[in-house]
Amino acid sequence: MRVKLSKRVLKESLYALKSLITGDIRLLLGLVIFMAYAVLAFVVSRFIPFSPKRWGVVPRDIPPCWNYPLGTTSMGQDLFWILTLALQNSIIIGIVVASVSTFVGVVVGLLAGYKGGYLDRILTTLTDTFIAVPSLPILIMLTALFLGRIHILMLSAVLCVFNWPWPAKQARSMMLSLRERTFIETAVFSGTGTVGVILGEVMPLIAPWILANFTNTVLVAIATEAGLATIGVSSLEEATLGTMIYWALQYQAMFRGHWWWIAVPAGTIVILFFSLFLVSTAISSIFSLERSAK
Amino acid sequence: MSKDQILNVQGLIAYYKLRKGDVRAVDDVNLFLWPNEIVGIAGESGCGKTTLIKVLYGLVEPPLSMLSGQVLIDVNGEEIHLYKNTYEVKQLWWKHFSYIPQSSMGVLNPVIKIEDQFGEIFMRGDKNPPKKEIRKIVEKSLDALGLPSEVLRSYPHQLSGGMRQRVVISMATILNPRIVYADEPTTALDVVVQRGILQIMSKLQRDLGNTFVIVTHDMGVQHQITDRMVVMYAGKISEIGGTDDIFKKPLHPYTALLIESLPRLGDKSERKSIKGSPPNLLNPPKGCRFHPRCPYATSECAEKNPSLLEIKNRRYASCFHPLGQ
Amino acid sequence: MRPIIKYAASRLVSYLLTIFIGITLCFIFPRFVPIDPVTTILSRTTQTGAFMEPEAFRAMRETLLETFGLKGSLQEQYFNFLRRAFTGDFGPSLSAYPSKVNDIIARSLPWTLGLLFSVSLISWVFGNLIGLLAGYYKDRKISKTLELFAMVIYPIPYYVMALILIFVFIFWLPLFPLMGAHAIGFKPSLSLEFLLTVLRHSFLPALSIVIVNLGWWILSMRALSTRISEEDFVRFAIVKGLRTRVILVRYYMRNALLPQITQLAMTLGNIFNGAILTEYLFAYPGIGAMLWWAVSSADVNLMMGIVTLSIIAVSTSALLIDLIYPLIDPRIRYGSK
Repeated sequence: MRVKLSKRVLKESLYALKSLITGDIRLLLGLVIFMAYAVLAFVVSRFIPFSPKRWGVVPRDIPPCWNYPLGTTSMGQDLFWILTLALQNSIIIGIVVASVSTFVGVVVGLLAGYKGGYLDRILTTLTDTFIAVPSLPILIMLTALFLGRIHILMLSAVLCVFNWPWPAKQARSMMLSLRERTFIETAVFSGTGTVGVILGEVMPLIAPWILANFTNTVLVAIATEAGLATIGVSSLEEATLGTMIYWALQYQAMFRGHWWWIAVPAGTIVILFFSLFLVSTAISSIFSLERSAK
Repeated sequence: MSKDQILNVQGLIAYYKLRKGDVRAVDDVNLFLWPNEIVGIAGESGCGKTTLIKVLYGLVEPPLSMLSGQVLIDVNGEEIHLYKNTYEVKQLWWKHFSYIPQSSMGVLNPVIKIEDQFGEIFMRGDKNPPKKEIRKIVEKSLDALGLPSEVLRSYPHQLSGGMRQRVVISMATILNPRIVYADEPTTALDVVVQRGILQIMSKLQRDLGNTFVIVTHDMGVQHQITDRMVVMYAGKISEIGGTDDIFKKPLHPYTALLIESLPRLGDKSERKSIKGSPPNLLNPPKGCRFHPRCPYATSECAEKNPSLLEIKNRRYASCFHPLGQ
Repeated sequence: MRPIIKYAASRLVSYLLTIFIGITLCFIFPRFVPIDPVTTILSRTTQTGAFMEPEAFRAMRETLLETFGLKGSLQEQYFNFLRRAFTGDFGPSLSAYPSKVNDIIARSLPWTLGLLFSVSLISWVFGNLIGLLAGYYKDRKISKTLELFAMVIYPIPYYVMALILIFVFIFWLPLFPLMGAHAIGFKPSLSLEFLLTVLRHSFLPALSIVIVNLGWWILSMRALSTRISEEDFVRFAIVKGLRTRVILVRYYMRNALLPQITQLAMTLGNIFNGAILTEYLFAYPGIGAMLWWAVSSADVNLMMGIVTLSIIAVSTSALLIDLIYPLIDPRIRYGSK
């Protein structure tokens, strides 16, 4: 059973890679850009020549030039190195939040769709309510109470609260349409338990959708954290894409003409998000094409 | 085009141009239509019937491409080349000839009332007939099809499948076109409803006096309402003739086998299906396209392609050895 | 009429539940903070050097305990909390003592509402219009360019777009003023001068939300419109020789608008979130900016008030839209036979 499951998941992933190579340009472009950032975040950041939280390491307020390719901040930090660190933290937050919320969301959604009845109704109402509640004010209120010293993991946990409904909704609707298909009935009649059916039969089919959703959630999580940071309620001691913006605003970077301090995190966000968006739309359209071809 | 014909097709060739090659769906087709008749186009699925209708209608979109041949239509006494004046085709649609598509399930706009959808049909340009007149015409048509006038105030989802099909038929005949193409008009319906629809269409044709072209693979339907039949195989016409004549004494071996596969009351012998399957239109067989499945095939059939010839009075077949000749 | 009643009833239930759960979250969350929030705020207040009489200190402590619902047993706390939320009693603002929270909110709410309504309307209408045509002419170059444009714009967070606009139009080409909703010294009135200065000041904040939102509507409507073009009833309409205008309006638009209306209800919360940060960046005196003010001055009464209000406001708008929907969709209005 386990062997069958992993074989199928493997097959699907290999198919995905094949599509990649046979060239959906969106997927290729998106992945290339994202990989570039990931390398910056996780590989290049290993080479930071100084402790990241120190101030006054380099001359302040220098525009981009040969020595300091992205310029420096008013606190005397090299923007390039800070960026690698910020990318690392932001991406980690994004992936952690996306992993947990997608996992929870999918479990909830699949259960609700599969079991139906009372359980379904309760879970769906819960899901819809969480989607409807405006998340930002509540998040702001909560994180404000930490006075800017919230731990990254705590922050991630908080972000998960509002990100699980979307995958849940999607997983449930897919489960509902798959439930009627004969291969599910076959599995059930041959004695496979609920978990077995879900893992073995359903997952391989919806794995690409989950992946697209996952990518999207990474984007949303990073965006939310950056938004909270901009307003000053994230963990301000850490370097993230959002806290870069925060500190730049605090030091009036725009008005003092130090445009690079804002441009770097803002520009990075725009390009990074574009690449994530490309990846997730490409995945959904590749696999919806395959679906209709079936 | 001879004087009394209303449609004349010569050497029509239309392929689907795909990356892997050309699908030769309509390959050198000749036929004609007279006024006041019901003509059936018969053949297995995939033989090119639907494509033929699309081309006759003027509905050629990529990857379908009309390569050569001509389609002549008689419009108010004038002979019009369908593919020479492309800008005019849209003007002719619905007024001079109409088209009933295959499935009636989703062809009606779900958010507009039926009466408004009829109204749209009459909005042809500057000179539109007044609303009252439109209403009278529509009500008369619905009545002839056995539909109550409440249908007008309804939305499509409130009507049953049979009712929707009749609404579609009404829409297709309301401007009194000379030709009505119907693509598998009864396939999606159950047998009882099917019979009703066929009877309605038959009566409608008699009342309007125009020409119906019924495309269907169902030989039973062909026998029930058509006057004349055009049998297609693999993109080519294999036989044309009066329906009764064909059923009594088919000329083309393919037609004979088609008829034999029909169940008949009282006949308890085993139904024979035709061995093999229709050829792939990407790469049809050389010579007569039916020869691999034909029980009477000779070496000539494998080499040369028989053309459609008049064998007897008003009966045509494309075969080197037509049955009984 | 029965299907509508069922639909309205279930929407109403969801509405009440949403508000209920939202407010409950406000109750639960402060309990997860490691440092007791009351202490946090009290120490913040004394930190700033303000001297307080012991009496006042104790009174403040009481108020704070009430705000967070920390008095009494857990059930009592919850019950009181809910009661206060539903009766709209948020007490005095801690930072602008003794002004009442409700007054502060009442002053800033109209600005936010004005911004939100105009922004939502403009981007929805134009985005859908453009998307509709882009889907109808889906193979033309301009349609594909628009799609690309929308794909680049849509993922940009609202506040990043705000930063970009600030950079371009305030810093680089100083065309617009930065602060506030109107030039200093104006008293709100209905004079033309006042309206003009309001427009000038709210243009950029509105634009930043409109651009990003437009991206989303163009993208989703184009996809919807493309799907509609493949529907049987559209093909049949073409075959019937109907005029292009009729097809666009009655076949495309009428069918596409319905899901887009539902979408609007769902994205309201999103737009609201964006408005909060945008107001902060542009110092636009709506409740978003007030929220930031409350946060930075640890004014929890104001915070609670604004957050509760946001939950109610967004849910109510979504509810209203959801209730209008069945009146337009004939499939719900007249159920199936």
